[in-house]
Amino acid sequence: MEGVLNQLPIGLSIGAVLLLIALGLTFTFGQMGVINMAHGEFIMAGAYTAYLLQSVGFLIALPAAFGVAGVMGLVLERLLIRHFYGRPLDTLLLTWGVSLVLQQAARDLFGAPNVQVVSPTWLRGGVGILPYNRLFIMALAVLSVVAIWAYLHRTGQGRRMRAVMQNRRLAATSGINTGRVDQVTFFIGSGLAGIAGVALTLIGPVGPTLGTYYIVDAFLVVVAGGLGQLKGAVLAALGLGLLNSYAEFWSDASLAKVIVFVAIIGFLQLRPQGLFVLRSRALS
Amino acid sequence: MTAFQDSTVAAPAEPPARPVPAEPAPARWTRLRGPAVFTAVAVLMLVVAPLALEPFRLGLLAKYLCYAIVALGIGLTWGQGGMLTLGQGVFFGLGGYAMGMYLKLHDAGGDLPDFMVWSGVDHLPALWRPFGNPVFALAMVVVLPVAVALLLGVLVFRQRVRGAYFAILTQALAAALVILLVGQQGLTGGTNGLTNFFDFFGNDVAADGTQRGLYVLVAAVLGVLYLGARQLVRSRFGRLLLAIRDGEDRVRFLGYDPAAVKTVTFAISAGMAGIAGALFVPVVGIISPALLGVVPSLELVVGVAVGGRYALAGAVLGAVVMGYAKTYFSEELPEAWLYLQGALFILVMTLAPKGLTGLAVTLWRSVTRRRAAA
Amino acid sequence: MAISEVTVKDAELLAIDEINAAGGVLGKKIEPVIEDGASDWPTFAEKATKLIAQDRVATVFGGWTSASRKAMLPVFEKRKALLWYPVQYEGLESSPYIFYTGATTNQQIVPGLDYLKEKGKKKLFLVGSDYVFPRTANKIIKAYAAANGMQILGEEYTPLGHTEYSTLVNKVIEAKPDAVFNTLNGDSNVAFFKQLKSAGVTADQMPVMSVSVAEEEVKGIGVDNIAGQLVAWNYYQTTDTPENQKFVAAFKAKYGADKVTSDPMEAGYNAVYLWAEAVKKAGSTDVEAVKKAAAGVTLARPEGQVTIDGDNQHVYKTARIGVVQPDGQIKEVWNSGKPIKPDPYLKTYSWAGGLV
Repeated sequence: MEGVLNQLPIGLSIGAVLLLIALGLTFTFGQMGVINMAHGEFIMAGAYTAYLLQSVGFLIALPAAFGVAGVMGLVLERLLIRHFYGRPLDTLLLTWGVSLVLQQAARDLFGAPNVQVVSPTWLRGGVGILPYNRLFIMALAVLSVVAIWAYLHRTGQGRRMRAVMQNRRLAATSGINTGRVDQVTFFIGSGLAGIAGVALTLIGPVGPTLGTYYIVDAFLVVVAGGLGQLKGAVLAALGLGLLNSYAEFWSDASLAKVIVFVAIIGFLQLRPQGLFVLRSRALS
Repeated sequence: MTAFQDSTVAAPAEPPARPVPAEPAPARWTRLRGPAVFTAVAVLMLVVAPLALEPFRLGLLAKYLCYAIVALGIGLTWGQGGMLTLGQGVFFGLGGYAMGMYLKLHDAGGDLPDFMVWSGVDHLPALWRPFGNPVFALAMVVVLPVAVALLLGVLVFRQRVRGAYFAILTQALAAALVILLVGQQGLTGGTNGLTNFFDFFGNDVAADGTQRGLYVLVAAVLGVLYLGARQLVRSRFGRLLLAIRDGEDRVRFLGYDPAAVKTVTFAISAGMAGIAGALFVPVVGIISPALLGVVPSLELVVGVAVGGRYALAGAVLGAVVMGYAKTYFSEELPEAWLYLQGALFILVMTLAPKGLTGLAVTLWRSVTRRRAAA
Repeated sequence: MAISEVTVKDAELLAIDEINAAGGVLGKKIEPVIEDGASDWPTFAEKATKLIAQDRVATVFGGWTSASRKAMLPVFEKRKALLWYPVQYEGLESSPYIFYTGATTNQQIVPGLDYLKEKGKKKLFLVGSDYVFPRTANKIIKAYAAANGMQILGEEYTPLGHTEYSTLVNKVIEAKPDAVFNTLNGDSNVAFFKQLKSAGVTADQMPVMSVSVAEEEVKGIGVDNIAGQLVAWNYYQTTDTPENQKFVAAFKAKYGADKVTSDPMEAGYNAVYLWAEAVKKAGSTDVEAVKKAAAGVTLARPEGQVTIDGDNQHVYKTARIGVVQPDGQIKEVWNSGKPIKPDPYLKTYSWAGGLV
């Protein structure tokens, strides 16, 4: 019985991980329609940043990883993706190519084996079933969501971002520099992946293929939550986290994954656009 | 949400047709060019290749041609229909497993297949029993993938799930099937998949002669399916499909049912992938979850993109080129392969979104135009 | 090539260099042809075919997962070529065209269980990746437990590459076993040990016996996450033999002082020497002649004395249980005293009667 109750916080903490890896995608996918398969590699870049900075300090790694992954995203956007607006499916293949290159680059830079990232000592121990590092990840997720919300709703730049997301052409006609907004969005979205990477070093392997373990899950959260929807992403991540937790508890890890996939396909039957949809009178 | 969804796959419009000077000779040539090229390629593939290539390389070519059959289906759904499917591996796998199950049972000759013995299965599972019948198994090669695609298509396209959503869903489907196959080791051979086949309809599967025969079979099947797909594209149905790709809502307003057209196309491509999977099994000698997951499915799509998605021939060409490149570079430059593969997609997607065939057409046009101008 | 395959290849190349430096085999130098299986089973089969049919190599050293071996097996059997497979595996196989230089189950898993039993660990929890080796290993463990009055409290599998272990750790904690038997593969080990450690489970209360974690993997897992845990192999970098001192020194000299050696690397290194010895004995590289000559070939290797068993083409190996040390090395705490005769089908174990 204790086990069943324990699955609740475990589910929430799985949800927090899903939220962190998917948060950035919600915006790059939602606003720009870019299906960034290299998002997983930006997560990886964040994890390696934590690896390189572990002697300096774990907390320093968070802003640093945000910067590193953000700049990588910005470079990707400037060099390639901006030529692809209006062709979202092509960005998928393009960024998959980018992700292959980045994986091999990581292999050449850091070697194929996993590297060791020592968790900071103040994250040892825990409360009940949840270790401090899980609580830390949950706090980080909450913090990221609050920061993004504040950014979207309390700053001018955020307002422009929402405008572009809701109606790109109208925003452009109103004098918003949509190209500029896209750059900022991509920087922030990729930077969030970097933060997720730092968090993942606490619980998982740090190696060249790290991104591939999370990318499909991240996309499923975005699809289930609805494009560009902060509350959608939060609810979808927590829902999937809980579903995962209980499905695995009552069956096994393999079956739990299959159950989650089937649930998402079923869910999209009910809400083909995800949990929340931006209302628009446009046709498609 | 409006500007950047959907209009996605619209093929860049052809340049406005220029009035071609009415010269009778080029006109006849244009009419004959397609069949002439097809015949030349067919002779090359069916006659020259089996004679010129050593058995190992011929076997590899047969493998690429199996992928080319899948690519043909992707060309239909994605290139013609605008549905980016990242889960063709699922259908490839269903066809492959149907064939593999028959071959395994046939080799076992009434006993349990080898992997069941070491997986601790003591009697043949009910699911396997009908696959001992070759007619049933061969039918399932097509029926299973088509049925799954119809079901998925009805569910998904009716709800107007499209574009990126459809792509990600098919990707999730591939990931889920892999986990399911791996988890049911006693039933499917787990990660190992099905391997170690001996007899293919009375022939020793490893013999050079059998492999040569299989190559010819694969090439012939590809040729037939290609002609069928081309006919389809040129039919009313094909026009409708193209119209749906470029403006689904307009087609709906005209009173057609886009969901039905899309579902049927998706099912046809699934059937092709199933056939490819079934041929792949005796050619390569293995079917395993590693062949039908997310990455192999994506690689196929990328092959189609490289070859040129808007032309069926481009899709086929792309699959063969990518297969060949993978073998060549992994033999010659294994360290650089991922870089090269990545760089290739990036370059093609950026500089030649219509792929190699698109590039060739553009070059050809500019040459002929210059000649016409001169 | 993924992570660990590369280091096995490096060890095999070192052996080839050493043999060549000592004059080669039958007066000829060994020339390696390297192909990358890309961790993809069908590719392994394709590359094996290429090596045999096109490069016409004398023998092939390689393979990593069980699936890669199963994919290559028909290639070698049908083309009557030789494969030397260097990794511990699940047994239940004895191909006439494969030599198995890693441990089979009675040289690794059974001694691991013997050790746990000796330490009074009667209640076990089984954790493994979802593929052939863990499933077969766990079948053996359950048969052993039934015959030895041990209890299996749980058996859990996770997909390959799985990284979310909090639910599984919760299940383990709730079951309260005396020990965990771990057959997870690759990166999953990193996630499992990190999450087990942060859940506050220590090696003292509930030791984990792993059979796929060697010196190489310890680094990626993080020493502080796994220090004190048990592993079962036939060789450690610290194994105290003169041959091992030489091997470790040569490996570090060739590939860098920060490199570690591990069981699969040593088994790959041995394979080249065993083949060379068999070729010398046969006076030819002809496959059938080498096979015949190989039976009974005995060499002093880094792990101690090894002998090829002519009955099943496996190798007599000494089982060694080790404990992961805070410096990342593994210290041996128990060994079988003498090389154990390989028994891939566990025919000599009465409790294993119903397995095959």
